[in-house]
Amino acid sequence: MKNEDLKLNKNIDSELLKVNKNEYFVQQTSNLKAALEMGLTKEEFELICNKVKKIPNKTELGIFSAMFSEHCSYKSSKKWLKTMPTKGSHVIQGPGENAGVIDIGDNLAIVFKIESHNHPSFIEPYQGSATGVGGILRDVFTMGARPIALLNALRFGSIDHPLTKHLLSGVVRGIGGYGNCIGIPTVGGETEFNKSYDGNILVNAMAVGLAKKDRIFYSAATGSGNPVVYVGAKTGRDGIHGATMASAEFTENSAEKRPTVQVGDPFTGKLLLEACLELMSTDIVLSIQDMGAAGLTSSSVEMASKGGLGMFLNLDLVPTREEKMTSYEIMLSESQERMLMVLKPGSENQAKAIFQKWDLDFATIGEVTNTGRLILNKDNHVACDIPIAPLVDDAPEYDRPYEIIRNKLISTSKEIAVNKTINEILTKFFKNPNMASKRWLWEQYDSSVMADTVLSNGNSDASVVRIHGTESKKSLGKGISMTTDCTPRYVKSDPIIGGMQAVCEAARNIVSTGAKPSAITNNLNFGNPEKTNIMGEIVGSIQGISEASIFLNTPIVSGNVSLYNETNGVSILPTPVIGMVGLIEEVEKCIGLNAETDCTLILLGQNEKIDDGWLGCSLYQEITSQDISGAPPPINLENEKKLINLMLKLTDSNMIISAHDLSDGGLLPAICEMLFFNKLGINVNLPINSTLQNWANHMLHGWCFGEDQGRIIVATKNPEKVILSAKNNLVDFFVLGDTNKTGNLNLYNLAPISINDISNYNEETLPLLMNEDK
Amino acid sequence: MRTAVTIFPGSNCDRDMIIALKKITGKTPIKLWHKETEVPNLDLIVIPGGFSFGDYLRCGALAARSPIIKSIKNHISRGGAVLGVCNGFQILIEAKLLPGSLIKNKKLLFTCKKTLLEIQNTLPSPFCSGFKVGTTLEIPVAHNEGNFFASKEMVEKLEGEGRIAFKYKQIKNNKNSFNPNGSLNDIAGILSKNGRVLGMMPHPERVINKFQGGIDGLKFLSTSIEHLVG
Repeated sequence: MKNEDLKLNKNIDSELLKVNKNEYFVQQTSNLKAALEMGLTKEEFELICNKVKKIPNKTELGIFSAMFSEHCSYKSSKKWLKTMPTKGSHVIQGPGENAGVIDIGDNLAIVFKIESHNHPSFIEPYQGSATGVGGILRDVFTMGARPIALLNALRFGSIDHPLTKHLLSGVVRGIGGYGNCIGIPTVGGETEFNKSYDGNILVNAMAVGLAKKDRIFYSAATGSGNPVVYVGAKTGRDGIHGATMASAEFTENSAEKRPTVQVGDPFTGKLLLEACLELMSTDIVLSIQDMGAAGLTSSSVEMASKGGLGMFLNLDLVPTREEKMTSYEIMLSESQERMLMVLKPGSENQAKAIFQKWDLDFATIGEVTNTGRLILNKDNHVACDIPIAPLVDDAPEYDRPYEIIRNKLISTSKEIAVNKTINEILTKFFKNPNMASKRWLWEQYDSSVMADTVLSNGNSDASVVRIHGTESKKSLGKGISMTTDCTPRYVKSDPIIGGMQAVCEAARNIVSTGAKPSAITNNLNFGNPEKTNIMGEIVGSIQGISEASIFLNTPIVSGNVSLYNETNGVSILPTPVIGMVGLIEEVEKCIGLNAETDCTLILLGQNEKIDDGWLGCSLYQEITSQDISGAPPPINLENEKKLINLMLKLTDSNMIISAHDLSDGGLLPAICEMLFFNKLGINVNLPINSTLQNWANHMLHGWCFGEDQGRIIVATKNPEKVILSAKNNLVDFFVLGDTNKTGNLNLYNLAPISINDISNYNEETLPLLMNEDK
Repeated sequence: MRTAVTIFPGSNCDRDMIIALKKITGKTPIKLWHKETEVPNLDLIVIPGGFSFGDYLRCGALAARSPIIKSIKNHISRGGAVLGVCNGFQILIEAKLLPGSLIKNKKLLFTCKKTLLEIQNTLPSPFCSGFKVGTTLEIPVAHNEGNFFASKEMVEKLEGEGRIAFKYKQIKNNKNSFNPNGSLNDIAGILSKNGRVLGMMPHPERVINKFQGGIDGLKFLSTSIEHLVG
């Protein structure tokens, strides 16, 4: 640290602070140094001194630095997050609470959120990802919901990078380790490999829960004098200042931060879940907040701030795992499986009995006050006395300069197509870990516990879980369809289109199961927002996401921002992950992606006239040339909406057997994927008047692998009715052909492509890469 | 038909099993908390799956030392039937109510997938005797420690006494489904000497409705319960 960084700054009013200048200088110098080490800037330190009218001590500074961290304050993104559409007639709770809540009828609500645990998972993959799952589950059950499903969105570096297999294996074991033990099915997600994540993987976990609509719990503290109660696991020295670490760039020395990674215990998580839900079935919980990022600090500050009140806590009463913990350590610890709640006065014993039954700690550690201040006692001394409002209201909000860089270069298939046969390309695709089956991961997750899973991992574009208790004589019940999606290479090329595409593809995933897209949670993963191009990626993709969400009426009800995903100055691909949920009224109507024999495959959303498929920015380009150029495929929101409405009609009238959205890799890989399960064959029709003689190689490749948007393949036994419905709904269509039992995909006069062979590559690729026997 | 489901801290398939039993018997099973020492007269106690006591020490080891186990032993000595599924099977072994041990899966990874079970037992038992030997049932597994291991003599004894309830078979066209954990002789479930205690790794309670991908679990449980009554 340079000496001039610590110079007395005239911006602080020393008169106001009522200390003499010399003493002030000494104090300020040492505490400014501490503040800088905690990740605060000099300007933020000065602001804090002026707001609290003193030079804050180490505990107080720690509390400020946690609350002002990017992770807690969203200081770089807040300005733009506010522009997102968050309202809708079905929205019960938008962003700002532990999770978003939507109404699904029958006095039931779905509570859901996605959250990142990127940096900890890179440093310690098992614990990092496990606590990511634990944390997001607590966000959901804090609101009174029983979690019913888990999903994830994972991004790893190149499969050849020396760390990738270690990280993949650790992260998958961690996700399974927590979800399997706590007994919530992990039903879906996405996994992608790209060298931009070599030094900074992404682990985003999404949880979905079910609550009674009139039994949602919120975090705003109420009633001066009401007891503040700590429940769950004991506080230890793990994860201290984790939120601050999560808000900084990575360097070679980041591994030294291993002690700031939290350690999860899914067993305690399970006990806490059951105890909290049992307590919430009584009427004694007034407000509740889980201790996630920044632990006791953010939970107490947020509860008091939302209630417009103050809070007094006696830190000597906090159950600790280790001896002689300081007030700083207790307030900044990110030990897992803990909750803070405000109870009705006099009900402590009733609550305590429940927690004792589940062998959990229970301690009344303070009370709600009307002082507007956070006052903490430790060892009979005041360890902290600061106003609460500045911690939240004065958290900095930056309007960072940005530049949205949009690649408008349209690359034609002629420029991109390579001189290889269709079979060679398909083989290359399914031997690529981005395209190949992720069965190796999924089978490590318990996807059927809770016995409500209808569709999970790989059998459908989105996962479907039945809503427990909605069955009737008429129907097996309602279902909730869920997906996570993002195509980072599109976002990199054009943040606005990329943002729109993530929403549209998620919606297509949902309708491909027969459900109606309902609402969104998002996880915005980007590099350093202090760089104008990165800030442009953030602003652009928020614009794109917002535009598509408004158009499709899928408001954003919760989310998380993860910035500074850089290592030694190199950013990850911009990765704004969309987690979408949708509703299906009768779960027996939901469909997967596996075709049956003697079905007609119809491509919806595209007519026969296309002769230059969009290979720019495609997986084809990435796999065949290791290079990405050109703009991503354009999005037509009007067409997307028509396609969604058509799909809803077709599935509601049981007109289709299965459906598969066209995404990475385009048409031909999607057809293959529909044929794999039953090892079917098909004679694929080529567009009218096209023979290979007058269709150049690049046109065939463009047609087979182009990533034009707004398309879904359906398998049907009623092709005439599907075609009629498509015409009535003004959706283009193209009949691809009928499935058969030959197991061969025939394309004009090319040699037959063996679905069995391609399916084997699809299944074997990841196990082989992970050095596992078949 | 009086049934009960035990609940330990960390059990997580208790709700699913309760729903399955209610669907078959029409009556909600009694919940038995792990600390209970007295249990009423029951026809069947089910120890469901989960991670009792977080799988700490060894899977099932702490649960096997809970107060409820003594009551379960009394129930068995009165001729009562017990079904242990997954963690329940691990607990029965740790409580020495069934022989052998369940060690980590061969690949050292948790595994959740569909498996095909073939009925094997010739020893009369309410659980499997309703099916002809060779009948197959498609029921999923989800576990980390389901690899049945025992001495050669013990395995031979189990085979000889007709106490192997099911073995894993391969689902057609799905190599991946066969013996998911490396169990000796592909063993998926075993019976006690008197045939009235069954431990099995697969989860029948997860396949009782068509939307779950099959109803073989319902078939298995309802046939067992019919024979318990009969």
